[in-house]
Amino acid sequence: MLHGALVSLEIAALSMVVGTGIAVFLALSKRSSNQLLIGFSNLWIGTARNTPALFQIYMVYFGLGSLGIYIDSASALLIGIAFNNAGYLAETFRGGLEAIPGTQLRAARSLGMKPALAMRLVVLPQMFRIVFHATTNQMVWALLMTSLGVVVGMTDDLAGVTQELNVRTFRTFEYFIVAAAIYYALAKIFTGSARLLSWRLFRY
Amino acid sequence: MLDTSLSWNDIFFLLRGASVTLSLTAWAVLGGTALGLIFGIVRAGGPIWASSLLGAVLDVFRSVPLLIQFVLINSFKSILGLDWSAFFVACLTLSIYTAAYCTEVVRSGVLAVPKSTRRAARSLGMTYTQDLTSIVLPMATRVMLPSWIGLTLGVMKDTALVLWIGIVELLRASQTIITRIQEPMLVLAVAGLLYFLMSYPLARLGARLERKWKRQ
Repeated sequence: MLHGALVSLEIAALSMVVGTGIAVFLALSKRSSNQLLIGFSNLWIGTARNTPALFQIYMVYFGLGSLGIYIDSASALLIGIAFNNAGYLAETFRGGLEAIPGTQLRAARSLGMKPALAMRLVVLPQMFRIVFHATTNQMVWALLMTSLGVVVGMTDDLAGVTQELNVRTFRTFEYFIVAAAIYYALAKIFTGSARLLSWRLFRY
Repeated sequence: MLDTSLSWNDIFFLLRGASVTLSLTAWAVLGGTALGLIFGIVRAGGPIWASSLLGAVLDVFRSVPLLIQFVLINSFKSILGLDWSAFFVACLTLSIYTAAYCTEVVRSGVLAVPKSTRRAARSLGMTYTQDLTSIVLPMATRVMLPSWIGLTLGVMKDTALVLWIGIVELLRASQTIITRIQEPMLVLAVAGLLYFLMSYPLARLGARLERKWKRQ
């Protein structure tokens, strides 16, 4: 089960990295003037936020399967959660970007920075500081969402391993209470280390 | 292209699933909000031991996946030998889960009411209950409502997980149809559209309220 927890953790972390990357892109393109980009990110964010995460995983697992793209349940889970994370984080990041005064970008540009450089060195670091807390919450969410993998037949993450043991022994309550304890501990470790990290990173 | 075996009966089946989703959501939000109000007021103004104990217990429900909570409460029911229907178990679990989140919403709402306002109410001769019902709660509602709407939508999406304990709601209904007609993309798209239709208007309303009230 501890090995399963490691797999869950891996998927959560990976989905978070991918999700953050896409979310930055979505948040930036929502502020751009390109109608196509705006429409695309509105569609993505709207779908991700207004349908259940399990539905999104189903869509990847069964939906893409019907188009002839077969993927195993672990990747389906990963893609589904990453999709979901990206949608939620994009909204968070958009809020973060709005909180940064436009003068910051203009000041950076007038110092001779190119737009991409100004974005990377001036705007994004400030944004990540503003949204840090919301992002750690999303990280915990991602971890809890990995438990949905068992519904599409995953057997090696924490929920999957537990279900496997449950089917073999019928000791449902015993195994799942242990799984619950592990999830709880992981979530606490996340929030605890995030607090430590923010204390270390964001002091002036 | 329009050659599909999805019949009107299937659409009705999906709609019935959607109504199960809605009624689960309604019960969960009803129970969760009632519990959350009480817990939230205790968390905001109760004695410190009660507040921190409650906070710790409810934190567990926010840190354990809902799927696991369903399985646990469902098997706990069997251990106690209680004869509850799966629907009741689902409502119970969702209510507790909702209450865990609602408590924090209520707490932050109550704490947003300035202390001086409450003291003023008390010094006008209002009792604690009067202060709570006619001063604090109306003012706190303003702060709470947008996040409460968000919570309701979150719960609606989380009801999809009850399929694991054998309730046929929207997602499970679509899965049943998929097994029969083997057109997952189409059926899932219809189910997704239904979810979207249920959630999007409320989400817009919440966002608008938030914007409007932030300006004032």
